[in-house]
Amino acid sequence: MDRFTSLTGTALPLRRSSVDTDQIIPAVYLKRVTRSGFEDGLFAAWRKDPDFVLNRPEYDGCRILVAGPDFGTGSSREHAVWALQDSGFKVVLSSRFADIFRSNAGKTGLLAAQVDQEVIERLWADCEADPALGVTVDLERREVRFAEVVAPFEIDDYTRWRLLEGLDDIGLTLTHGAEIADFEANRPAWMPSVL
Amino acid sequence: MARTLAEKVWDEHVVRSAPGEPDLLFVDLHLIHEVTSPQAFDGLRLAGRRVRRPDLTLATEDHNVPTVDVDQPIADPVSATQVETLRSNAREMGVRLHSLGDVEQGIVHVVGPQLGLTQPGMTIVCGDSHTSTHGAFGAIAFGIGTSEVEHVLATQTIAQTKPRTMAVTVNGSLADGVTAKDLVLALIARMGTGGGQGYIVEYRGAAVESLSMEARMTLCNMSIEWGAKAGMVAPDQTTFDYVRGRMHAPTGSEWDNAVAHWQRLVTDEGARFDEEVVLEAAEVTPFVTWGTHPGQGVPLSGSVPDPAELPDTGDRVAAEKALEYMQLAAGTPMREIAIDTVFVGSCTNGRIEDLRAAAAVVRGRQVAAHTRLLVVPGSTRVRLQAEDEGLDVVFKDAGGEWRGAGCSMCLGMNSDQLQPGERSASTSNRNFEGRQGRGGRTHLVSPLVAAATAVTGRLASPSDLPTADTATA
Repeated sequence: MDRFTSLTGTALPLRRSSVDTDQIIPAVYLKRVTRSGFEDGLFAAWRKDPDFVLNRPEYDGCRILVAGPDFGTGSSREHAVWALQDSGFKVVLSSRFADIFRSNAGKTGLLAAQVDQEVIERLWADCEADPALGVTVDLERREVRFAEVVAPFEIDDYTRWRLLEGLDDIGLTLTHGAEIADFEANRPAWMPSVL
Repeated sequence: MARTLAEKVWDEHVVRSAPGEPDLLFVDLHLIHEVTSPQAFDGLRLAGRRVRRPDLTLATEDHNVPTVDVDQPIADPVSATQVETLRSNAREMGVRLHSLGDVEQGIVHVVGPQLGLTQPGMTIVCGDSHTSTHGAFGAIAFGIGTSEVEHVLATQTIAQTKPRTMAVTVNGSLADGVTAKDLVLALIARMGTGGGQGYIVEYRGAAVESLSMEARMTLCNMSIEWGAKAGMVAPDQTTFDYVRGRMHAPTGSEWDNAVAHWQRLVTDEGARFDEEVVLEAAEVTPFVTWGTHPGQGVPLSGSVPDPAELPDTGDRVAAEKALEYMQLAAGTPMREIAIDTVFVGSCTNGRIEDLRAAAAVVRGRQVAAHTRLLVVPGSTRVRLQAEDEGLDVVFKDAGGEWRGAGCSMCLGMNSDQLQPGERSASTSNRNFEGRQGRGGRTHLVSPLVAAATAVTGRLASPSDLPTADTATA
């Protein structure tokens, strides 16, 4: 996965709380055989409403999702994170995340940054007033900056380190590549090979 | 320090161990099939990664392949897409694949042992919970999820917290007509579907030692059905005799080196298990399920239990729901339950010994008029062997259907499904609601009970049948 240090972009104000993973991506969109292309299922039910914020052209290209509290509750599906990433989102801001969603996000490189609800409210108002407003999410300094606001966000040290280094589970294991190679070199000769 | 079999095999595979972290284990064999692998391969591709050890990775098509007209294009579009995706992934990543029509194709857990790729002391993983089957050889073998499949493809390792150990000792010997399947169903009924949670189980004792390799596979296969991480049997002469001479078995001096090592893969005198369970083999009789999980079973000679008599509230509620789904009345003798379809097959009981046992029962007899007998070999090799022995003719003469290899009606991902309301006696491993087809009702049984049931049309054991001579006369 890509390293994440700091990102500046526009933000999508999603004025909803308790957004569960069935809302993020309904089960009917889980059938594909690829790891990409899940953008077609993102908020699929809500997108049937032409006025839904994600359908509005002024929010095209947003990379930061600003959501209400308890984001990502319900089913453990990893597809919820994939659907957000496939739609171009790099960051979700919320005042409270569901544990499994937060964990899935960290493993896959989506930054789930926890900020105070007052900051969320201010962001909603500012982004609605000016959809082109630039918002910076700075992982090194653990800060969200927009207009004159500078607000801290919370993320655990381990996940922050993995995001800064761009290490998914596989990347993390591959940092021990020398130990794996050592082990491989010392396997008994009788062990079977399929080739 | 005295160690258990599981601890020895575990220790031999630790690539890296650090306090507060799961151990990183090397994977000796990674088995792949079409259903749980597509997104793992795609994840690799998106990250620009390759399969680290194609030489330790084997793919086969099993879960949703058809068992009839196997030379025709697959009719179901989702199945066709998954199979085609596996084929292109295997081509692109250099993974050996046994496709439909290939002589080595079959259920992944039948194919590995058959090729001699499953050997004592290995670590084996697959995106399938019945990977526990391979523990019969004294390997640590368990199922993993799709993200883990991707991890193993990329690194040939898996991060795992060391499970606790449990011994299941089975004393004595199983009576004639009582199989490993009856033993494990009786064990699950006693332990509950969660009784093995967090454990690697070692099956041991005289009754286990006297089981054939195929019977040990049946036993280990069902470990997951009572929640165990894995099941194992210590390798012995039976194991060595089974492995010797197979395509990927060691040869020459490497064979001797291997056997010398394998002989040390036993639990040391004085080693301690975290939990111990003891069963008397002589007490086990043909065992069948009445409910909707594998722990809801009784002896064939018994009756459907009365939920009101169950001491535990959770069990009582589950039993009431199960009986409603199964459309069974408490107190009904199991032998009175009429069966529409008998399924002989699966990674639990789809090997040659299972087919021989079932054929011996139906030989010279006829499948009951209202009952359908479906026989699906676990692999193409098993099918060919059975045909060589004339078993296909025995089943067909009796009025049964003889099919190509695959998972088939075990999980109804292909067109081999129960109709709503249909009732099966199945040699497979799961009697969950709708598993064999929407609205289908499943009774788990041994191959012997399955075959006798096909003849009588009701749950039965071979001892219930008039002798075959009488039947043919």
